[in-house]
Amino acid sequence: MTAYIVKRVFKLIPLLLAISVVIFIIIQLPPGDYLTTYIIQQQSSGLEVNQSSIINMTKRYGLDKPVYQQYFYWMKGIVTQLDFGHSLQWSLPVKQLLSERLPATILIALLTLCVTWGLSIPVGIYSATHQYSVGDYFVIFIGFIGLAVPGFLLAMCAVYFIFVHTGTSLTGLFSAQYVNAAWSWGKVLDMLPRLGLVVFIVGLSQTAGLIRQMRAMLLDELQKQYVITARAKGLEEKKLLWKYPIRMAVNPMISTIGWILPGLISGEMVVSIILSMPTMGPVVRRALIAQDMYLAGSFLLIVSTLTVVGTLISDILLAVVDPRIRFGGVSE
Amino acid sequence: MTVDPNVITNAGIGLEPPKPLLGKKRAQEDYEVADQWKLMWWKFRKHRMAMIALPVIAVMYLLTMCCEFFSPTLPLERFKSHKDCPPTAIHLFHEGSFVGPYVLEKESGLDPVTYRRTFVDSGEIIKLGFFVKGSPYKLWNLIPTNIHFFGPQELGGEFFLMGTDSLGRDVFTRALYGGRVSLSFALVSIFFTFMIGLTLGGLSGYMGGLVDGLVQRTIDVIMSIPSIPLWMALAAALPKEMSSYTQYLLMCIIMSLIGWTGLARVVRGKILSVREEEFVTAARLSGATHKRVIFKHMIPMFMSYIIVSITGSIPATILGETALSFLGLGLQAPTISWGTLLQDCQTIEAIAQQPWKMFPAAFIVITVLMFNFAGDGLRDAADPYK
Repeated sequence: MTAYIVKRVFKLIPLLLAISVVIFIIIQLPPGDYLTTYIIQQQSSGLEVNQSSIINMTKRYGLDKPVYQQYFYWMKGIVTQLDFGHSLQWSLPVKQLLSERLPATILIALLTLCVTWGLSIPVGIYSATHQYSVGDYFVIFIGFIGLAVPGFLLAMCAVYFIFVHTGTSLTGLFSAQYVNAAWSWGKVLDMLPRLGLVVFIVGLSQTAGLIRQMRAMLLDELQKQYVITARAKGLEEKKLLWKYPIRMAVNPMISTIGWILPGLISGEMVVSIILSMPTMGPVVRRALIAQDMYLAGSFLLIVSTLTVVGTLISDILLAVVDPRIRFGGVSE
Repeated sequence: MTVDPNVITNAGIGLEPPKPLLGKKRAQEDYEVADQWKLMWWKFRKHRMAMIALPVIAVMYLLTMCCEFFSPTLPLERFKSHKDCPPTAIHLFHEGSFVGPYVLEKESGLDPVTYRRTFVDSGEIIKLGFFVKGSPYKLWNLIPTNIHFFGPQELGGEFFLMGTDSLGRDVFTRALYGGRVSLSFALVSIFFTFMIGLTLGGLSGYMGGLVDGLVQRTIDVIMSIPSIPLWMALAAALPKEMSSYTQYLLMCIIMSLIGWTGLARVVRGKILSVREEEFVTAARLSGATHKRVIFKHMIPMFMSYIIVSITGSIPATILGETALSFLGLGLQAPTISWGTLLQDCQTIEAIAQQPWKMFPAAFIVITVLMFNFAGDGLRDAADPYK
């Protein structure tokens, strides 16, 4: 098992390097070089351009060097001191912005992942074991709606209906009185419905997709010979279901954990922009419009790294639940 | 002589007893000689939702591709006295008698309390008709005419099926024009996706070795980066000044540069499974080039799966484009798409006071839903021998 994990981890390193190169290229894409943009930005906001800070930055990020060397400077900063560069728009180190906003993004994404999983597996099982029942059709209907209604639209509608019916606007993670307050039970209670709303909206389309997948996989399994044999031998229906077909059907879902994460983060970004959540979504959008590329690129880099780690976790989990992989019988 | 229908029917059946039998036999024969596509169509026909979806998609494409003809006004035509006007309901009966379709004219006024613009029926009748003369336009930028499919009989009549926006432009007209952009966008970017995915997936599966490793690692990298931020980053890196056509094309290319990975995986998997088949070896031995073996012998084997995969990715492309345009990072303002239209309802006030501006969203939801149904039907039909 340990050997398996070590092997997987080593496989990830070239992938991460490749991702960082792609993202660095994206950072370099907008026309104009960083320093000129920085100077123009400073002048237009009426600030005096500090010559020493320019020299500092040039030295730090190797801005007078060729592009491939700049990449090494950038990577060196990230690996040795977690220095992701400097945000033009905010005149702040990217690291500081990330540490303020990123935890909320990741919290929402992970929470949504849990809710998505917690819902889609039991509902998928119900749907498959009660095929063509009223409940099954209802689940299918909800699933189709979840797949067809874009997240941003759902967010807009939710905000509108809540506003019309209760008169409160559920945007932001806290209401005005709690934004700057210290943590207390009141603040947590204030946050819960807002957090729930985001998780619900972001999770709906993913849940819909996973339910469909779970239902289809389980239906496939239930038709197989071994189920009939087990039933013929008098195995209790409940035991039969949980012992074999469900374990088989859950496998492909576990193997996709890593791939669900980028979808959740994409969804979270769009929904957060509409609900003006204090997460990375609105910041990254503004950064991209202003072509503040160090900020946007760093976000992409971190999120992609998380995805890669997610695939690692799903590989390990898969090995834990599936003895065939654990003992090296099946490679893919 | 009176005819008893029962007798006739009985007689009919009595006269031709072998008919159902013959029919069955013929059906069996038909089934055995039918080619793959015919079998797929028969299987597809059984999927009820897909059969509903197909005509709806066809109508949607017809409406939007000939949007100049089907829309009552022009997308930039402004009714200055009817800004933010709610939808005008179509009536058929006036004072109890049928008079044909008409709407009641709306008059704008100010609410004495809130000073907000309100609209009341003035009592005037605006008659509607089919094939009416309206604002002149060029169909597909080629044929100059002024005939509109449906609209007010008098030129300049105020008929707004889905209300107007804050500049007094007809939302229905704009939704049709936006649909042309959004729907064709999906097709064009799917075309690029198809080209890239087929080529790289095909090469990867057929050549194996180094090429395969390279393509697979590229796919891993692209799939690890969340798609919406990646789209946004690439879109943001585009130069700001360019014509709307260039922008449209570049956005399509960006979409396909990120979206080809799924298709490439399907193609690679299928190629790997047919690569070792004898007919491929035979083709190679007869001196067929790699290109010929891939395109003439292997791809037709799994064309149906490719079509399923593509239909599946159309809704995702439409949703991606609208989300991006809605956030201001996709297609930009002078271009009308469903996403840019929805930018009008980014604030709660706009949605609360002029909910009809959300109508373009209904177009999106219906289209995506129908494509999902059609995709489901196709997936069931892709393997007709099952």
